[in-house]
Amino acid sequence: MSQRLIYLDNNATTPTDPRVVETMIPYFYENPGNAASRNHPAGWVAEGAVDTAREQLADLINVDPREIIFTSGATESDNLAIKGVFEMYARKGNHIITATTEHKAVLDACKKVEKMGGEVTYLEVDSEGLISLEALEAAITDKTILVSIMWANNETGVIQPMKKIGEICAKHGVLFMSDATQAVGKIPVDPKEVGVHLMAWTSHKMYGPKGVGALFVNRKNPRVKVTSQMDGGGHERGMRSGTLNVPGIVGFGKAAAIAKEEMHEDAARLAKLRDKLQKGLMDVLEESYVNGSQEHRMPHVTNISFKHVEGEGLMMTFNQNIALSSGSACTSASLEPSYVLVALGLGDDLAHSSLRFSLGRFTTEEDIDATIKQVADGVNHMRELSPIWEMYKEGVDIDAIEWSEH
Amino acid sequence: MAYSEKLLDHFKNPRNVGTLDKENAGVGTGLVGAPECGDVMRLQIQVDPDTQKITDAKFKTFGCGSAIASSSLATEWLKGKSVDEALAIDNMAIVEELALPPVKIHCSVLAEDAIKSAIKDYQEKNGMEVTAVLEPH
Repeated sequence: MSQRLIYLDNNATTPTDPRVVETMIPYFYENPGNAASRNHPAGWVAEGAVDTAREQLADLINVDPREIIFTSGATESDNLAIKGVFEMYARKGNHIITATTEHKAVLDACKKVEKMGGEVTYLEVDSEGLISLEALEAAITDKTILVSIMWANNETGVIQPMKKIGEICAKHGVLFMSDATQAVGKIPVDPKEVGVHLMAWTSHKMYGPKGVGALFVNRKNPRVKVTSQMDGGGHERGMRSGTLNVPGIVGFGKAAAIAKEEMHEDAARLAKLRDKLQKGLMDVLEESYVNGSQEHRMPHVTNISFKHVEGEGLMMTFNQNIALSSGSACTSASLEPSYVLVALGLGDDLAHSSLRFSLGRFTTEEDIDATIKQVADGVNHMRELSPIWEMYKEGVDIDAIEWSEH
Repeated sequence: MAYSEKLLDHFKNPRNVGTLDKENAGVGTGLVGAPECGDVMRLQIQVDPDTQKITDAKFKTFGCGSAIASSSLATEWLKGKSVDEALAIDNMAIVEELALPPVKIHCSVLAEDAIKSAIKDYQEKNGMEVTAVLEPH
């Protein structure tokens, strides 16, 4: 009998909840309508289903349904928010502030803005992964139109001080956008409460299907507008043209409804399992370090570096049985390790030695027990093979060695 | 990424893991790579002074599966070879044997460097003409 794969890569994507899949199925064949078809029942049914989903999403984050724009995913939502604000508010200014640990969808959209004549400030983070509020406030100029700071980091799970950032943005009359992909549906997220005006997230990280995302755009005080990045039929109040992915949106809505009901219980259970996993590994493996703040952190994530072991090689010891991610980028041509971990001040060696464990709704205690055992065995095996572990054990100062670059 | 059976075998059952006494005159040690790059290989050879043949080879590697398999394979190939024969080992032979994907070719380059570096160390230690040339990458 083949063993079930232990899936601890929920920050990459979550399995679709079977209850979500069930609600989607009728919208493939029985109800095939286009939500924009206003002249027949098939269109009305589709439109009604989309309206329901919009309400379910709005209900989860405590906003008006009219403030939700459906997209293809968080990457598109990030692009629409950043480039859309840059174009819409060009007369007001051209400066955007973000952070070095943001997701590539935000960083690369900002890079594009720079090419389009904008200016971008990239705030550094401290060793906990948190931005400095003083540095944020100091970076705001009369040309600043947008601050884009993620709610929770995908690699470390570190949660930024959203409310305080929102206060600073409000004080200076600057729009506040957040990529909340890793937070929505996992912890309470209320953009209006913290002063977020635009918020991007996606269905497939909260047990919904892939290929559908959302952008919250604040409607009143202030009324925020973004220039569309996809032109066509004028869907989504002109901000995002393109036929709506009705089954996907229905599933996204159901995922939001389930999250609203179950998120608190899930979070409490996963925090316990995560703590057990982290403690179980740290207790048996010396020279292990947790990356990022443990105080301001998502309940289901831990990112640990196992010194003198390379993450990708380590994963190969158990990747037939356990799925997770490493900050090592040994497969990339650049050989650059995780820029997020490097931004926290980790040396490249520790960044290469990291594993990200992200638990989810379907993670069991047995999964955690098996993971502790297999990862610990893997680290010990790899350390037996590691020349730098041997040197470390012999008291050799590894930093004093002149390594040959390659 | 799917790896070849041979690579997985060398990764799971690495040959010749260990340490030779680097103070021994017959031992050459090569230490290449850098922790910052995510790869460090230490490869050692034991040379018989009479025959100039490599009688033993050991390695330890910090790195990904391909780096570990490349160095394991290198030690296997080194045993029984003369120093001159060992110098002729080309990284592309390792690429072929383990079916390394393009993004992992640098692991085979590192293994070739480790071999040359170990031979260079042995030759320098024994006042011989250094015939091992490490090419800059």
